[in-house]
Amino acid sequence: MRRVVVTGLGLVTPLGAEVETAWKNIIASKSGAGTITRFDATDFQSNYACEVKPADHEYGFDAGKRVDHKIQRQVDPFIVYGIDAAGQAIEDAGLVDMTEEQRLRAGCSIGSGIGGLPGIESESLVLAEKGPKRVSPHFVHGRLINLISGQVSIKYGLMGPNHAVVTACSTGAHSIGDAARMIAMDDADVMLAGGAESTICPIGIAGFGQARALSTGFRDEPWRASRPWDQGRDGFVMGEGAGIVVLEEYEHAKARGAKIYAEVVGYGLSGDAYHVTAPHPEGSGAFRSMQMAMKKSGLALSDIDYINAHGTSTPLGDELELGAVRRLFGDAIGGLSMSSTKSAIGHLLGGAGAVESIFCILAMRDGIVPPTLNLDDPSENCAGVDLVPHTAKERKVKAVLNNSFGFGGTNASLVMKAVD
Amino acid sequence: MSETADRVKKIVVEHLGVEAEKVTEDASFIDDLGADSLDIVELVMAFEEEFGVEIPDDAAEKITTVKDAITYIDENQG
Repeated sequence: MRRVVVTGLGLVTPLGAEVETAWKNIIASKSGAGTITRFDATDFQSNYACEVKPADHEYGFDAGKRVDHKIQRQVDPFIVYGIDAAGQAIEDAGLVDMTEEQRLRAGCSIGSGIGGLPGIESESLVLAEKGPKRVSPHFVHGRLINLISGQVSIKYGLMGPNHAVVTACSTGAHSIGDAARMIAMDDADVMLAGGAESTICPIGIAGFGQARALSTGFRDEPWRASRPWDQGRDGFVMGEGAGIVVLEEYEHAKARGAKIYAEVVGYGLSGDAYHVTAPHPEGSGAFRSMQMAMKKSGLALSDIDYINAHGTSTPLGDELELGAVRRLFGDAIGGLSMSSTKSAIGHLLGGAGAVESIFCILAMRDGIVPPTLNLDDPSENCAGVDLVPHTAKERKVKAVLNNSFGFGGTNASLVMKAVD
Repeated sequence: MSETADRVKKIVVEHLGVEAEKVTEDASFIDDLGADSLDIVELVMAFEEEFGVEIPDDAAEKITTVKDAITYIDENQG
């Protein structure tokens, strides 16, 4: 099989709209949470989230940097975030100006969990209030999940595979895993892969609130709300943004002298076959997903230095994931660090797996693992595991595992390692 | 310049993200201002909202320049 490496990174997050800023803020234990500003959420189940900040904010997002004014008006924010993050990644990889021959072998695998929910909501209201002739002609293609891949392929002339995963909160990890396989299988040499999400809108907050998935008890102190493995956790905090990487065939990257961040060595996928929203009570799907990824990687369990957990801060999920890690890793669990960056930027749903894979890569680059914020009072089952509470920690990081689990019982795990 | 022209040009600038100087009366939406057929559908909707006129599909098809839009609106505004 052909080897697959990461040669470019792009991030839009609630803690920064480019890679180094977001990472610096994550390592500094900042929180991106706050009271929702997009709409008045006072009467909603939860009134806080981790929003991407406006352009005039210290670490805000300027859509105008990489997205045409016209496109900004026509498409949902998740597509705008995706186009920008893809642009960052392809610029970082030095692949903006590829030859036609290269572009025929370059593609996109950029998905989303839900897609253009804010626009579906607002245009539905237009339809109800003003009738069908007032619905935007850009409504459909401004909301479709595969339209990040579509827009990015048009912008950069990428004529290889054009794919978009939709697996709820596993989307970002599946997108990278699937794209890596396309390169390994010789369908492409270069793939832009990742995910994006933006559902901080009335129907999004109401819907997840009604599903009893959101944290609701921290209205006065939203930055304390996302607290994976802490006994006081009460649900996830919604985030938004995008994470996109450039994946490249190893020899292709080497031949052009590209900067190589990491190698994607393992990918695992499984289904819980249990319940639409609740995780399997023994964490068996999570276990099999990690097991498959580890087996494919050829690494020993003791080689893994860091796990970026799914760790959403929900009462059930966090401990089940930790239990599955404990069963798989056995004694090797004592040698690794595991944290959840959702404690800082919230849950980016379809973007999460990709954003967190990037944090894993940066942990390897810098020899530092990001913290789990608000882990004041760990659940009893957490004993003997380094969950990196409160502050980042310097340590050797040569191989990493990233987990993502989604509604429908869909699980994905990625293993990456540093390339010497 | 008429008041209609000013308002039409403002809508075109906002919707197509083009510089105001490019929006001359002779400018073609597609050839000069980078619009596609769906952008024109959206522009026509915006004109209808702004001016309270109805622009049926067969009339909309004939609106290809900024001047076409201004003329149609001036002639049909109630």
